[in-house]
Amino acid sequence: MPVDELLAQAKAGSRRAVARLLTRVERNEETAREVVEALYADTGRAHVVGVTGAPGSGKSSLVNELAQAFRRRDMQVGIVAVDPSSPFTGGALLGDRIRMRDLAGDTGIFIRSTASRGSLGGLSRATAAMVKVLDAAGFDVILVETVGAGQAEVDIARMAHTTVVVEAPGMGDEVQSIKAGILEIADLLVLNKADRPGAASAVKALRLMLHMGQGASLRHHGRRLSSAGGDERARASDNDGADGEGGWEIRLYETVATEGKGVEEVVDVILAHRDYLKASGEWQEREKDRSRQEMAQLLQARLMEQLEQQVAPAERERLIEAVASREVDPYTAVSRLFDRITLQG
Amino acid sequence: MTEEKIRVLVAKPGLDGHDRGAKVIARMLRDAGMEVIYTGLRQTPEMVVEAALQEDVDVIGLSILSGAHTALVPRIMALLREREMEDVPVFLGGIIPTDDVPTMEAEGVAGVFGPGTSSDVIISAIRTAALNQETGTDAGG
Repeated sequence: MPVDELLAQAKAGSRRAVARLLTRVERNEETAREVVEALYADTGRAHVVGVTGAPGSGKSSLVNELAQAFRRRDMQVGIVAVDPSSPFTGGALLGDRIRMRDLAGDTGIFIRSTASRGSLGGLSRATAAMVKVLDAAGFDVILVETVGAGQAEVDIARMAHTTVVVEAPGMGDEVQSIKAGILEIADLLVLNKADRPGAASAVKALRLMLHMGQGASLRHHGRRLSSAGGDERARASDNDGADGEGGWEIRLYETVATEGKGVEEVVDVILAHRDYLKASGEWQEREKDRSRQEMAQLLQARLMEQLEQQVAPAERERLIEAVASREVDPYTAVSRLFDRITLQG
Repeated sequence: MTEEKIRVLVAKPGLDGHDRGAKVIARMLRDAGMEVIYTGLRQTPEMVVEAALQEDVDVIGLSILSGAHTALVPRIMALLREREMEDVPVFLGGIIPTDDVPTMEAEGVAGVFGPGTSSDVIISAIRTAALNQETGTDAGG
C-alpha cells in the first residue's frame, strides 16, 4: 500500500495503518525515508516525554500509570518501549507490555515495542522516526521508554521535550548520584518504589545531588547537551543562561507506580514543564537541537553507507587486520578509507 | 542491507497458572535472532489480537495449558478476521490433545506444537510462515 494511503488511514484513526507505518520506519533507511518525507509536515504537535532509568527501577510500571493519568486528562497517548537486542544473535525479548496490561482495550493508547538493534544510547535508530509516526497520527503525548539505562545512555534527552529519570532505592551510594550522566539529563527526577526500605536515604542522596546542582551546570543541564564533537556554541549558551531567572528547577518526586501513588503529581509536573518550555522559548531551542542531532546521525549513516558501497569488504577487512596487528594505527586506516570515497548525492 | 527481523508475539490467553513453557519458547526464538514480544499471563483474546495489531507482528504464537483452547482459539481467529489480520499465521503450543488438532487446524491455526517438539521444528516453521506472510504482505500492500 502506498505511504500516502497508509498515512491518510492512520490520521483517520486506523490503528493497523499506524502499526504498518511504524514497521516501515523500523525496516530500513529507505522505507523510513519514504514515510518520514510524507508525514514530517504533520509532526511537531506532540509532547515527547522520555522515561529512562536503570533496569528494574520500574519504568514500564510508571509508564503504565502515567498513560492512564494522561488519559484521564483526555489526552491520546502513544508509547514507544525500547528493549535491548542481543549483541550475539540480534534477537530480542520485548517484555514491556507485561507491565502495561491495564492499558489494553483503550483506543486512546497505542503501544509499540521496539528492539535497540545494536544502538548503544538507550534507543533504537528508528525510535525518532517512530515518534514522528505517532505524532503525525495525532497522539498528544508520546512516552518513550528507553532500554534499562545506566550512566551513559543519554540519547533520550536529545529526542524528548521532557525527560523523566526514574530511580529506585538501593541503587548505590551518594557518589553514584553525583557522577555525570543520566541524572544530569533529568527535567524531573522520580524515586519509584518509594515504599521500599532505603527510600529515605535515596531521597536524601538525590536531594543533595539536586542541591549541589543549583546554580551550577545542572540547572541548564539538558537544555544544551554538548554534542560528541564538542559544540562551542552550545557551551557558550550554557553560560549565558547562568543568571537562570525563571529557569526550570529540577525536583524529586516519590512514586509507588504499582499502586499509582504520586503519579498524578508527576503528570502535573510533566505538563508544567511543557508549558515552561513553550513560554520560555526553550521548546523551539530543543527542536533545533534535536534537528541538528538527527541530521548529524543521518549524515553519519549515509557516509557509512557510501563507504560500504564504494570500498570492497575485503579491502576494509585488510585494513581492520592491519590495525589489529598494529601495522597501521586506526586514524591512518580511517584516512585511507576516507580517501577512497567519492561523495554521491 | 538491513536484515529483515521476524517479529513474533508470544501470548498466553486464558487463565493458565504458569508461563514457564511460553518463556522457554520466547527465549528460544530470541536466540534464533527473532524479536519476540511477550505479553505475560492471563490475556483475553481481545488483548492478544490488539497486541498483535499494534506490534504488527509477522507471526502469533499462543500457549494454552488449561484446555480452554477450544473456546479461546476460535475467538482469537474470529477477531483476527474481523480486523483483516487473517494473513498473520497463528501457531499453537501447550497442552493440546491430539484429537483436537484437526479442529484447531480447521479454525485456521498454522501448526500445533505439542510437548517435546524440537526447537528446530518450531523455529523453521515460524521462519517459513513469516517469510510467506512477508511476500504476501508486499504483494497485497
